[in-house]
Amino acid sequence: MVIKQRHSPGAPPVRAALPDVSQVWDWLHAVPDPEIPVISLTDLGIIRDVAYEDDTLIVTVTPTYSGCPATSIINLDIETALRGHGVEKLELRRKLSPAWTTDWMTQSGRDKLEDYGIAPPQPAGGPDKCPHCGSHHVEKMSQFGSTPCKAQWRCTACLEPFDYFKCI
Amino acid sequence: MADVDKKMLTQFLLRMGDNTLILGHRVSEWCGHAPVLEEDIALANTALDLIGQTQFWLGYAAEIMGDSKTADDVAFLRDVWDFRNLLLLELPNGDFGQTLMRQFLFDSYQSILLPRLMKSSDQHIAEIAEKSSKEVAYHVERSAETVVGLGDGTEESHARMQAALDRLWPYVGEMFSSDEVDAAMAAAGIAPDPATLREEYDALIGKVLAEATLSIPDSDFTHKGGRNGATHTEHLGHLLTQMQWLQRAYPGATW
Repeated sequence: MVIKQRHSPGAPPVRAALPDVSQVWDWLHAVPDPEIPVISLTDLGIIRDVAYEDDTLIVTVTPTYSGCPATSIINLDIETALRGHGVEKLELRRKLSPAWTTDWMTQSGRDKLEDYGIAPPQPAGGPDKCPHCGSHHVEKMSQFGSTPCKAQWRCTACLEPFDYFKCI
Repeated sequence: MADVDKKMLTQFLLRMGDNTLILGHRVSEWCGHAPVLEEDIALANTALDLIGQTQFWLGYAAEIMGDSKTADDVAFLRDVWDFRNLLLLELPNGDFGQTLMRQFLFDSYQSILLPRLMKSSDQHIAEIAEKSSKEVAYHVERSAETVVGLGDGTEESHARMQAALDRLWPYVGEMFSSDEVDAAMAAAGIAPDPATLREEYDALIGKVLAEATLSIPDSDFTHKGGRNGATHTEHLGHLLTQMQWLQRAYPGATW
């Protein structure tokens, strides 16, 4: 997807220095996932690159799941956030390969998910423990859940159902 | 892009995209009707993945077709004779067992085809296959598990799963019936000749269906005409009246 660059009509002839790439990463770090707002887009690992081509800022994004309805909202949120910080020339690029994996999720993202009541992804393919009571006695209810990235599990100790962030 | 006849490549992409589109639509018909809430959510999620994959396949097909067409144009503005999906996928859902049996038969096919397409000489096809194959691996795990659970379940569920397999089996052969489009794709290193996938497919489904205590019908008879567009079933037209009605009633409508 390409968002056409727009120029403010009253832009001053002398442009301020372009924001540093690490500054842009910081801004993106503050943009929450629209469906699981406790984690940010950078926690999720879907921002694959931030770079300049001449004076145009290129943000490369990879989708989590092919049909995830949040994808278009995520692009809109990125654009809104960066324009809010004064970025004028911006292009969002979609990148399918390498395909997104939950291995790219940050440790702080995993911790925040667990605090929020969503068990973070595990290489074993199922949650390590109940995010509510910490018991390891858990069972799968369904491989799918309320969003494409989650499955439904249940704790057999405290009996609470919970979401598990699928490991892919 | 590999050096290949664009018409042939378009046909191949339509086959891929129409398969996921038509099955995605069929599966979405379950939304709000599945036997239990978890299954309802699972079916809706599966449909969503399939529609997402469709956007990639048909988006690429539209790009090759040119004329600034989009994936939406391809999905909503073609008629029955232009569709290239397998007949298996346009059949009405039947009961829950038949829906899951169809899902399993198709997921198994995709789970073998997509990893091969990841090595396609066409980089864009390889990328779409890489993305889709992760979702398909998850789908086949669930559909196989459900087929085993229901096949090796109660007397009632076993009977229904066997009836579903008997009903759908004559539609399986079409997946492997190659033609000149497949030959062109194979020659250009874009996609494997589907006939070469049969052995691996039979081994995979044979193992799962045996575990499900189900018997594969002893017949090679195959219904054909979907993937080459020669003869679709009467059901596809009815499906399109639902799927395409908005664009037909209000051409060009957007929101």
